[in-house]
Amino acid sequence: MEAIYAFCVGILTTCGFFLVLRGRTFTVVIGLTLLSYAVNLFLFASGRLKLDSAAVLGQSAEYSDPLPQALVLTAIVIGFAMTAFVVILAMRSRADQGNDHVDGQIRLPLNQTHISDKRNG
Amino acid sequence: MNLLWVVLLPLIGTLVPLFTERFGRNICTLSVAILPAWSLILVLMFAGDIFDGQEIRQSIAWIPAMGLDLSFRLDGLSLLFLLLILGIGLLVILYARYYLSAKDSMGQFYAYLILFMSAMVGIVTSNNLIQLWIFWELTSISSFLLISFWSHKSEARKGARMALTVTGAGGLALLAGLLLIGNIVGSFDLDTVLSSGDLIRSHATYPIALTLVLLGAFTKSAQFPFHFWLPHAMAAPTPVSAYLHSATMVKAGIFLMARFYPVLAGTDLWFIIVSLTGLITLLIGAYVALFKHDLKGLLAYSTISHLGLITLLLGLNSELAAVAAIFHIINHATFKASLFMAAGIIDHESGSRDMRKLNGLWKYMPYTATLAMVAALSMAGVPLLNGFLSKEMFFSETLNQSTLGSLSWLIPMLATVGAAFSVAYSLRFIHDVFFNGEPIDLPKTPKEPPRYMKVPVEILVTLCLVVGIFPAYVVGDLLNVASLAVLKHEVPIYSLAIWHGFNIPLFMSFMAMVGGATIYYNRRHLFEFQSHFDEPDAKQIFEGVIQSIVRGSQKVIDTLENGSLQRYIFLLLLFTLVMGALPLLDLTQNTGSRAQIPLDGVTLTGALLLILSAIATVIWYRRRFLALIFLSVVGLIVSLAFAQFSAPDLALTQLSVEIVTIILLLLALFFLPQNAHKESTNRRLSGDLLVSGLLGCVIGTICFAMLTTPLNTISDFFIANSKTGGGGTNVVNVILVDFRGFDTLGEITVLGIAALGVFKLIAKMRIFMPTRDDKGRAWSNDPHPMMLEMVSQSLLPLALLVSVYIFLRGHNVPGGGFIAGLITSVAIIQQYIAHGVMWIKPRINIDYQWLIAGGILIATATGLGSWIFDRPFLSSWFDYFDLPWIGKFELASAMLFDLGVYLTVVGAVMLILANLGKLTTSERIHIKEND
Repeated sequence: MEAIYAFCVGILTTCGFFLVLRGRTFTVVIGLTLLSYAVNLFLFASGRLKLDSAAVLGQSAEYSDPLPQALVLTAIVIGFAMTAFVVILAMRSRADQGNDHVDGQIRLPLNQTHISDKRNG
Repeated sequence: MNLLWVVLLPLIGTLVPLFTERFGRNICTLSVAILPAWSLILVLMFAGDIFDGQEIRQSIAWIPAMGLDLSFRLDGLSLLFLLLILGIGLLVILYARYYLSAKDSMGQFYAYLILFMSAMVGIVTSNNLIQLWIFWELTSISSFLLISFWSHKSEARKGARMALTVTGAGGLALLAGLLLIGNIVGSFDLDTVLSSGDLIRSHATYPIALTLVLLGAFTKSAQFPFHFWLPHAMAAPTPVSAYLHSATMVKAGIFLMARFYPVLAGTDLWFIIVSLTGLITLLIGAYVALFKHDLKGLLAYSTISHLGLITLLLGLNSELAAVAAIFHIINHATFKASLFMAAGIIDHESGSRDMRKLNGLWKYMPYTATLAMVAALSMAGVPLLNGFLSKEMFFSETLNQSTLGSLSWLIPMLATVGAAFSVAYSLRFIHDVFFNGEPIDLPKTPKEPPRYMKVPVEILVTLCLVVGIFPAYVVGDLLNVASLAVLKHEVPIYSLAIWHGFNIPLFMSFMAMVGGATIYYNRRHLFEFQSHFDEPDAKQIFEGVIQSIVRGSQKVIDTLENGSLQRYIFLLLLFTLVMGALPLLDLTQNTGSRAQIPLDGVTLTGALLLILSAIATVIWYRRRFLALIFLSVVGLIVSLAFAQFSAPDLALTQLSVEIVTIILLLLALFFLPQNAHKESTNRRLSGDLLVSGLLGCVIGTICFAMLTTPLNTISDFFIANSKTGGGGTNVVNVILVDFRGFDTLGEITVLGIAALGVFKLIAKMRIFMPTRDDKGRAWSNDPHPMMLEMVSQSLLPLALLVSVYIFLRGHNVPGGGFIAGLITSVAIIQQYIAHGVMWIKPRINIDYQWLIAGGILIATATGLGSWIFDRPFLSSWFDYFDLPWIGKFELASAMLFDLGVYLTVVGAVMLILANLGKLTTSERIHIKEND
């Protein structure tokens, strides 16, 4: 079970980073979301995997490590706030710059000047 | 405390001219002179003790934790330099009064000059390596300001820049060298360092430390191959040249070598580097000086040559040579400062420094001419003048060495050649300027300068004569104590007499005189010979080098920082990959000893679903709606994973966050393009995939290694104390609201700030609202279907009830403020979706900003409440009560805290989503532009 868990974390990391490396804001946000799943799972994993042992006193024989859980819980909520902030920033950038590229402008090869992208508007 | 004042007085004096400038030139000059003069008097009061063989030290704690003290010392060497710095400094102040024109800002000039003076005083009195270096750098900076004083002239700016670059770079090398020395000795205290000579010389890093320190000294003292900055620094006003470039700044390097003579000298390496550098500098300077048509250019190269001479003497590893070096420091300072001043007078009164135009000035300014000629003769080393004495000592020292083996005779021979050129350029200075026909085409008719402008020159020339005739009386004691400070023990027997009988040094002097006269007589041939060579323009070469460095740096910057976020992230990831993967290569195994859980079918299915969805998100990332659907599947599986692995709180949180996140992204997608074109090249895609794939492997491996390693946790404490100390059985919740409550307080604050930031960003958003999707279909004209309206309306009370239940039970079973807040938010958002903003507005009239503020306030107040009971911030309290019908229940202060969390979460989520949602309607929020 540990192996497949670690594999999933790796896959999420790869997909997250790949999307973060793309040039459009929305894709980057999706990538960041995937990354935050990976990070949360990774942090959670520092408490190791245990079945049927929730950290509620008196409900099981042994307890899983509650500390990473508490950390991850707030991380999930703050992660949402950050995602929201980035999304709104992306929208604001599109509103102000006229395109949704992460650099605020679209670079075209072969000496063409930067233009705003309103094709998709 | 007197010693401290020697440094402090000039430092304070830096400010004086800025205030007194308005009272006229004389008062300004006088006021400027007072503090350095006072400092000089203090030094003279110490002189008696120094002559008695004492060394004076004073220190005050500066940063005791780092072993740094403001520490000062006054020994013979410091005394000698202090007299030069303060004495000549005062003369220069007087001289500058007449030199500066009405257009020049006198206050500014004096401020720079005194700043420089303070820095020099600081260097020679420092008793701590780091402190010494700070003053050293201060001289570089203040000399930059002084050289560029006429900043409207391009050559002044370029010269200043060059001087700063060369001496600044040398300063950095020096710092490295001093740090090395400090490291070897284990202390930056100069006394300790000076008494650890053997330790330093035998240390493995001695060659490096020596080279670095010498780099500092050579750049400052204009030694070959760093000499080129000095002639270009002549663009400075002449008082600056007289002060910095003859008597003080260029001598700082010499001082450094003399100061570290007890610890660094005495090795073959020292001999080879220092003496050869000195010899080459001596010869090049003397040779080039002859061909300079600019008066100050001639003097500059002559200075280089004489500095080379002193360096050569210090490099000979002989005690008598060191004494001769110190003696020549005094002599050179006196005759060269007076020569610079004379050159300045000539420039001032005739308007030119070009020796091809300046001829026959004897008739116009006989008095100045006499003074300048005496100084020039001293420079040439004519008997009865001080230059002669140190030159004789120099000659006899070159004879007394055998360091080049059988080629040792070369050194005295080359020294004589150098001296011959020295005689030749001195003759040129005298003959070309004061005789040799009539002036040609001068801007002004030359005349004698104002009376007091000559006073500094008179004093210095008198010193040349007096020292030259009565050396033992005038400087004997000073030379003795200064030599003692350099040599650290007995000073060898030497004689300061003028006449030592007929001996080889005298013969060498004679040869130099004859040779110099011959060279000068045949100068036309030499000039013609020299004209065949292109003189390399140091300025152009230097600027070229600097330009190419700038171009190179620009290239690197353009590659690394091209304004593309993608490039930055790629480089960052690449770096992370390298740093993360390298240690893994050394790891022999990646599986720990912890027993693994066997895989079951359900988990495998979930994992496969997660993997496929994640990959699908990537494959269809340009079809954004589809990608979002797959993303939500990933999120759901993640929350299931939390549930599976005994983290019910996390599962609940992830689930509800998942819902609000997807709603958020859907809303955003409404405003952003729903599909994207292929932009990245295949090459880029494969590169990105490779890097992110490798990173995934690294992270996955680390994760697996961690999962299979036995757990060693601090959580046992939390589990043991959760019930007894925190009053709850849900340990995760107790950690959040009690054990680590302060963290949570910080986190909800961040949440609130992020929400407010989002609010501000939305408020001024002027975004285009699409009426159709990207396929051209209009958005539905029935945004609020009746079914949804009915169902959600009836769901609302139920959802709120659930959230209250989750909130209340959170302390003991999975739940709590975070989760309850999210559930409440989802319930309210559902109403927004079902009914629209217009419908909600009169019904739920809550200001979400106040909700956030109220939540954080309640949480903080709960924390502060514990102060009332004399407990630390955020101590919790709980007790059990019995009420009829309800039964036994618990009240805990942590619940109040959790209420704060709950309110903040609801406020933040709603502030974000509701306002984003409003963007799609006519109810957009508007804030005045000026807020």
